[in-house]
Amino acid sequence: MTTTSASTASAGVFDDITSSESSLRRFLHGLPGVDQVGADARAAALGTRSIKTTAKAFAIDLAIRMVDLTTLEGQDTPGKVRALASKAMRPDPADPTCPAAAAVCVYPDMVATAKQTLGDSGVNVAAVATAFPSGRAALDIKLADTRDAVEAGADEIDMVIDRGAFLAGRYQQVYDEIVAVREACGSAHLKVIFETGELQTYDNVRRASWLAMMAGGHFIKTSTGKVQPAATLPVTMIMLEAVRDFREMTGQMVGVKPAGGIRASKDAIKYLVMVNEVAGADWLDPDWFRFGASTLLNDLLMQRTKMQTGRYSGPDYFTLD
Amino acid sequence: MVKVPDTATPFFEYAPAPESRSIVDIKPSYGLFVDGEFVDGHGRSFKTISPSTEEVLAEVAEADEADVDLAVKAARRAYTRVWSRMPGSERAKYLFRIARIIQERGRELAVLESIDNGKPIKESRDVDVPTVAAHFFYYAGWADKLDHAGLGADPRPHGVAGQVIPWNFPLLMLAWKVAPALAAGNTVVLKPAETTPLTALLFAEICQQADLPPGVVNIVTGAGATGQAIVAHPDVDKVAFTGSTEVGKAIARTVAGTRKKVTLELGGKAANIVFDDAPVDQAVEGIVNGIFFNQGHVCCAGSRLLVQENVADEVLERLKRRMSTLRMGDPLDKNTDIGAINSGEQLKRIRELSEVGDAEGAERWEVACDLPTKGFWFPPTIFTGVSQAHRIAREEIFGPVLSVLTFRTPHEAVEKANNTPYGLSAGVWSDKGSRILWMANHLRAGVVWANTFNKFDPTSPFGGYKESGYGREGGLPGLAAYLKGADA
Repeated sequence: MTTTSASTASAGVFDDITSSESSLRRFLHGLPGVDQVGADARAAALGTRSIKTTAKAFAIDLAIRMVDLTTLEGQDTPGKVRALASKAMRPDPADPTCPAAAAVCVYPDMVATAKQTLGDSGVNVAAVATAFPSGRAALDIKLADTRDAVEAGADEIDMVIDRGAFLAGRYQQVYDEIVAVREACGSAHLKVIFETGELQTYDNVRRASWLAMMAGGHFIKTSTGKVQPAATLPVTMIMLEAVRDFREMTGQMVGVKPAGGIRASKDAIKYLVMVNEVAGADWLDPDWFRFGASTLLNDLLMQRTKMQTGRYSGPDYFTLD
Repeated sequence: MVKVPDTATPFFEYAPAPESRSIVDIKPSYGLFVDGEFVDGHGRSFKTISPSTEEVLAEVAEADEADVDLAVKAARRAYTRVWSRMPGSERAKYLFRIARIIQERGRELAVLESIDNGKPIKESRDVDVPTVAAHFFYYAGWADKLDHAGLGADPRPHGVAGQVIPWNFPLLMLAWKVAPALAAGNTVVLKPAETTPLTALLFAEICQQADLPPGVVNIVTGAGATGQAIVAHPDVDKVAFTGSTEVGKAIARTVAGTRKKVTLELGGKAANIVFDDAPVDQAVEGIVNGIFFNQGHVCCAGSRLLVQENVADEVLERLKRRMSTLRMGDPLDKNTDIGAINSGEQLKRIRELSEVGDAEGAERWEVACDLPTKGFWFPPTIFTGVSQAHRIAREEIFGPVLSVLTFRTPHEAVEKANNTPYGLSAGVWSDKGSRILWMANHLRAGVVWANTFNKFDPTSPFGGYKESGYGREGGLPGLAAYLKGADA
């Protein structure tokens, strides 16, 4: 069995747990259960926080800085990716005080194009890899996919776990794959996508979170955006609880990225409230929390302009890329 | 691997988001609502204040025996001449109309409730007022179906119901009393608590707005003496009381030997029992909801946490972390989780019992926060190292104070949970269904919540064992309590 490599987060701490399929299963199934009704109620209650004036302005700027501006379509072209990269660096051309987005998220073959436009602007390039979105390919193909993206200049790799293996209970296989992809990432940061819409239960989400954190993922991410439901507040809350508990145990922080389905500023603010109250203020930073989104950015910009001018302007005042 | 950042991240400070007060119109003074009209009382008046600011809100008439007599006479007239003769389907129309007006004026009722009671607007807006409307809708549906309720053929109302309600859920307790009474064909004389009369008086206006026949609902404000006058009035057929066990006992003595029917919903010292296989994050939410909801001014509050010893440290650590995110302050701020203690008197009692906890050797932990200088405030507090012999494990504190005890086995949990003179509610947290059912069978409490707490629904009966009172409110049993021969 593969053991954790020295470079991963959990070196030492989880050696006993990750040394065999059965010990991994014992640990994951020994995690406290999640009561779905209670979790949904708590997430909904956090959604009723009323964020106004200065708090809203703070939240909107923070949310813009956390956006992984995403295009993951078969029809993506270099022109489209360049446009998106320009948008990420300067979301609101009319306002130089508007912060930049965190990253541009593209398929591996578009990494070089994105990198060319972004240069050393500080906006990262994230690439989805490992046979995204289904993850149905052999490990060596997934690793080649990953290395290809890293060599092209990706700063961050968004991998998908093998949901089939996870649901069949082959946790060791899922774990080993994450460890191998993490190694293939080199210095790039690794985000591990669970596709929570396919895992379905909150217990599964909690187990997948621990599996990915023990395997050394820098971020845990809800969804590919290709499966419904994508990110939801309760699922993100379960993941925030997991990273909080992981830090309690190991002293190390793991980031969280909800992706897919977050379109309105109001929703983004609900997520930030949840980050603040569940994981804590330390996670209120683009290094530790991201939104995988595309249309969200323009709504944030509209709200931002409204906060500054007191007026709503039409969608034509913001760029469509 | 990246380590935890050393520098403090900028704090996400929620700006105040107060609900506007302008929707409510508080009059400088209020009379009594008798026979469909607001009238001056014969007695003195008293002031009702906002517990969060100590600001005087209004002068309210204090009904004396003569006022109560007039109210009971009005109720009797309305009963014999109008309400008892009216077909159930017609009574239902009035109740449906009241329910709809409550929904329409929901924001006004919620704001007024928070001002007068001190509870956070999110609770009055999201819990109290919607549940009030739900109660009227639910019992409105029964009014024309009494013959088919399984309570015998043609069940008859008692007549005039005298009702005395507490200050913790002023409007909700009114709904629990008034809706079933009216649906069954009774008329009512109701006394709201002296610290929280305003929503009941607004409800009187709603009765006028709904064209409810005069005298069907009468609202007399006042303190203990007014309540005593209602309970002792010879022409009251049915007494319903929610409040302290002490007053409940006095009421039971007053009506003993009379033909009056009584239901009492009194105090509690509920156990919230957390097993080692509980869904721990949700259990922590349930503990918080159980004792800090409504500042702990809840008769069924989970004021004793019984946690399995092998997970006690972990649960307490999580509980403390969660408590530190509670927001206390202006009840009208939409982000407030914990509001003001309802009165100076209640605050004094909470302080006294907490000091007893210190003196008896329990360890106090409270959330560190600045309390407003005006108004009545008590921070969310837990006592650990509490044993069954401590007074804070036995007496109802009726405030945001949790006593933490531990147990080792399910048997011990049941034994400790039942070892109280009360028996209103209990909570069980476990992922194991069979254990939950076993616990529910052995707990002597009127309500047992499984993996949740403080959930209310008009269809579900509520009431206690032992010193928590007798009779049930809500659901079919709540209807039966207002019908002759049906409450046995």
